[in-house]
Amino acid sequence: MEIVFALAIGVLVGSGVWLLLRPRTFQVTMGLALLSYAINLFIFATGRLAIDRAPILQAGGSTDPTQYADPVPQALVLTAIVISFATTALLLVVIIAARGLTGTDHVDGREGDG
Amino acid sequence: MNAWLQHLPVVPVIVPLTAGALMLFLPEARRLRAGLGILAVLMQLVTAVLLAYFTSDAASSIWPQGIGVYSIGKWPAPFGIVLVVDRLSALMLVLTATLALASLVYSLARWDRAGVNFHPLFQLLLMGLNGAFLTGDLFNLFVFVEVMLAASYGLLLHGSGATRVKAGLHYLVVNLVSSLMFLIGVALVYGVAGTLNMADLGPRVAALLPEDRGLFDIGATILGLAFLIKAAAWPLNFWLPSAYTAAAAPVAGVFALLTKVGVYAIIRVGSLLNESGVHGPFGSEWLFVAGIATIVFGIIGMLASQQLARLIAFAVIVSSGTLLAAVGLDADVMTAPALLYLVSSVLATGAFFMVTGMTERMRTHYFESSDQAPLPQVSYSAFGMEDSHDPLDVEDEVGIAIPAAMAFLGLAFVSCALLVAGLPPLSGFIAKFALLSAAVDIAPLNGVHSWVFMAAMLCTGLAALVALTRIGMRLFWSVVGRNTPRLRVIEAAPVAVLVLLCVGLTIAAEPVMAFLQAAADGLISPQTYIDAVLATDPETVADAGGA
Repeated sequence: MEIVFALAIGVLVGSGVWLLLRPRTFQVTMGLALLSYAINLFIFATGRLAIDRAPILQAGGSTDPTQYADPVPQALVLTAIVISFATTALLLVVIIAARGLTGTDHVDGREGDG
Repeated sequence: MNAWLQHLPVVPVIVPLTAGALMLFLPEARRLRAGLGILAVLMQLVTAVLLAYFTSDAASSIWPQGIGVYSIGKWPAPFGIVLVVDRLSALMLVLTATLALASLVYSLARWDRAGVNFHPLFQLLLMGLNGAFLTGDLFNLFVFVEVMLAASYGLLLHGSGATRVKAGLHYLVVNLVSSLMFLIGVALVYGVAGTLNMADLGPRVAALLPEDRGLFDIGATILGLAFLIKAAAWPLNFWLPSAYTAAAAPVAGVFALLTKVGVYAIIRVGSLLNESGVHGPFGSEWLFVAGIATIVFGIIGMLASQQLARLIAFAVIVSSGTLLAAVGLDADVMTAPALLYLVSSVLATGAFFMVTGMTERMRTHYFESSDQAPLPQVSYSAFGMEDSHDPLDVEDEVGIAIPAAMAFLGLAFVSCALLVAGLPPLSGFIAKFALLSAAVDIAPLNGVHSWVFMAAMLCTGLAALVALTRIGMRLFWSVVGRNTPRLRVIEAAPVAVLVLLCVGLTIAAEPVMAFLQAAADGLISPQTYIDAVLATDPETVADAGGA
């Protein structure tokens, strides 16, 4: 499972970085979105990958901490998702404004040589 | 009374949050918003000064060793999030509130009307700044930095226009990437060390197995890179000059502080990890090299700038570079002078950005259309006359013309130039002198590094002087296309106050240095900080649970 998970993160980061370096604002947005997905998965993985373990103690259940998943990365990932969602929305607004004001979707506000 | 005081550390976060939220319910009442904003900033200033007083030796009975710990939700330290006030945090809070008050008063002259929601965004920016300086938790630092950045995106775009949107787009994307790197770093650190509490981190890292150490170092390095992007270290700072030049004058004034959040994070985390010998970007050779490279980049930029605002943006880069190089020298004697330099340079660049907003109005329409115009050319009429849309502001048309407007502008320009270049008699000189003298002291130990640092410091002074003299001559002595701007008292006063504060720093250099030395001592031996945070017994934190 670890290798599949790692490959998924790797593919997302690779595509994200490639898109981020493209000259069109839409590609940059998509790149940032992919990167943030990859990083959310990555944060989740720092809690160790495990199946069928709850992050909260159950009443009357086992008190052995190895029977439970680490709740902190799940809390972190939730915060990170909210923040990246909000900033992506903000970025979209700025991109639309830039498109309207400069008349192009190039990140520099004017068409480059290539 | 004492139980009440325990809640003081959370006030700098709660007040701007409440004020900002309240303002959103008053979309039409500009005056009310402005009043609320001023009130909130004043409260933050008072709180910050009180916190600084309580952490100082003068009131050692309140917090032992001058470190106040506030456990949010009464959770004990390694598990819950803590806010920690030590002398460095208190100093940064005072600096934030001072600069914010000046910017806010300045903005009331016209800038807050250039777009919607200036006031709520400004309060949220302050909340992010205050929180970042107070928090004792790595992920919480991320959240506060995000709050600060999200507000700064909005403020940068304040006033709109193609230039701002273009610069804002770059600023946004670069900072989003740096935030993602911040997250990777935090996740790696948590994955290896199992804690996010900054005080807990040092001892935990020292106890790490050697095979886990590599992974932790990678995490710390990525984290450090994210801080360096925020601190505008070369080569991660190409976003800064355009963004700061494009920002409205009062916004740029308060932005002068934003890069110092990165520097603060490096100093703070570096100090706490220092004991465990973590390398990477914290207090090592690389930090020094990056600092010197940043200084060189800033010098070249200053000399090449044709616009005053752009020149000051490069001066901000130079001040970041100086601080990074001073931290990178990794010598205890450098810390206190570096903090003095931080305070002085933030006040100076902040005031200077506000001066720019006024000198821009000296130009007539003459150069306005051309991008290649040699000087700031936005005319007074472009700003002064257009804001009469608002029917509420009748008195605005009158304005209070200061007869000696030009004299004031010239004086403000010269004072700021002296501060940035580090010439006597103002505090820029004291700070630079303290840095140089400390560098001379450690020269026998550090050898080449010290000498490189001293040479860089002297070169920045010379370059700033040359560049500022040139721009100043064109600005004030060229006769063509100049008109005497009308200044309003609420614009001139904040600049004057900031400059006078720097004069005050010069006169009261001794007590200030004593406080900074105490702050530096806390950073040099972080064990007191670590003990204070980890020893917090939630029962003794009387009723902190209400937060």
